[in-house]
Amino acid sequence: MDAFNNKRAADALVWLALLTAPYWLPLIGGYTELGTHVVILGLAAMALNFLLGFTGVLSFGHAAYFGLGAYGAAMTIKYLEPSTPLAILVGVVTGTVAAAVIGPMIARLRGVYFAMCTIAFGQVFYFIAFQWSSVTGGDDGVSAWHRMPIDLGFTSIDIFNDNKAFYYVALAIFAVAAGVMAWLLRSPFGRTLLAIRENERRARFLGIPVDRHIWLSWVISCLFVSLAGALYALLNDFVDPRALRWDMSGTFVIMTVLGGMRNFWGPLIGAAIFIVLQDQLSSHTQNWESFIGLFFVLVVLFFPRGVLGLIKRKSAS
Amino acid sequence: MSLLRVENVSKHFGSLVAVNGVSMAVEPGELRAVIGPNGAGKTTFFNMISGFLTPSSGKILFDDEDITNLLPARRVWRGIARTFQITEVFPELTVRENLRIAVEVASGYRLRAWLSSSADDEVKARVVDVLEMGGLAEKADRLVGELAHGDQRATEIMMSVALNPRLLLLDEPTAGMGDQETYNITQLIRKLHKDKKLSIVLIEHDMRVVFHLADRIMVLAEGAMLAEGTPKEIAANESVQAAYLGKAA
Repeated sequence: MDAFNNKRAADALVWLALLTAPYWLPLIGGYTELGTHVVILGLAAMALNFLLGFTGVLSFGHAAYFGLGAYGAAMTIKYLEPSTPLAILVGVVTGTVAAAVIGPMIARLRGVYFAMCTIAFGQVFYFIAFQWSSVTGGDDGVSAWHRMPIDLGFTSIDIFNDNKAFYYVALAIFAVAAGVMAWLLRSPFGRTLLAIRENERRARFLGIPVDRHIWLSWVISCLFVSLAGALYALLNDFVDPRALRWDMSGTFVIMTVLGGMRNFWGPLIGAAIFIVLQDQLSSHTQNWESFIGLFFVLVVLFFPRGVLGLIKRKSAS
Repeated sequence: MSLLRVENVSKHFGSLVAVNGVSMAVEPGELRAVIGPNGAGKTTFFNMISGFLTPSSGKILFDDEDITNLLPARRVWRGIARTFQITEVFPELTVRENLRIAVEVASGYRLRAWLSSSADDEVKARVVDVLEMGGLAEKADRLVGELAHGDQRATEIMMSVALNPRLLLLDEPTAGMGDQETYNITQLIRKLHKDKKLSIVLIEHDMRVVFHLADRIMVLAEGAMLAEGTPKEIAANESVQAAYLGKAA
């Protein structure tokens, strides 16, 4: 029962920290947008971890669907209809449909072959965004638009001018996404994914059609990463091809491994560490990435299960 | 009607003939042992029945339906479950979770995002049944990776039993075990066969186990069938003694 209570306590602590972030962040030298950044990229890393940590499949191309979500949202507001909810919806649908179509081509691959193919497909979208300037703005990206206040009928949430309001909208969406992922992982379907992670051969010979379940896990993972991408575009009021380049995919993997991929909250913690380091280091040096790289190497060497991996699962006795 | 009929099955790996024209019929409720010296093709033969490999030629019928080229998962859905020579379990999950996954898949819940509380209760009760049947109740909440070899093997066998199979394939269930563990696993298999009336085909090196359990024995040597019969007939068969038992004794 101790493990169960500890888990409850950890959940409560995470939610408490997230709910009060705009109020305590300034006290330690932070600011609200930093918190929004962590929540959004944390969601992307948690979405990646649905596939990596809980299905055992490494994707190095999640930025493609993150970027499609971002472009979908940005272009909806700029060209289609200045509505934030519609922008998010279009972003999510774009990213998810692309993932669903590409999925069957890669779901049969394993290990490094799967990772390489996800990079390859990811780069295809990067080059399309980069080259097709007349539509995507090319290297300059999609700018000269901004997120729109959310109209609820009786009132309107001004997420454009009020940073706290945007933080809480992003957090509410994060909460729903995290809740759905946690719930799926505790379901019979979620347990088949753990089974595949633990031992693919055993899973197959229990009667689980492994490729199909990996495809489903991939689509769910990409759905939430494109949701994060849509929010990311709204956060910056801007999107450019870097959002779907392979090094963005690498960032998600680094965040996940930093925080701990066997832990549900690991990727969020990893994203927080990454973004705070980036925020602090980049004001001192242009080479901030090499310092993050060094930190990453140290974590992988000494805490191979990530920061939260220190809390290792033990038998209840 | 035979439950399983293997007709003249062969498997080639390049120029190597691993299994050469072997036939076998297993009746419902039968426990069949497949024995033979190392390299006789026993595991290859087994892998073709479970769908891990497809035969180069020949046919495999289950319930009179051709399953020769069916994918492994589809064979499981029809009622063929197997264990492996090197134990295949989910090491970082508990015994209970390992069995629960098997029960849920067998109940057709593998794509469910939720279970009604009555379905959940049924699954849990079935898991407890299987835990008790396998003598694993006291270790239910231990991680399988931390258990002794014999308990890991028992978990793997019970996962296959939890699938409600009509044919259970066991690949060297007592491999690498001490005397006590071998005895326990043997008793477990006997119980599944006698009490649950499960049809079982097993590969085994330990002759005490084979002669204690088997209704019929098939002997493979160099990829071909050397003999087939009751334990008594096999024990008395001179070519078997020459090829196999003689060397073992």
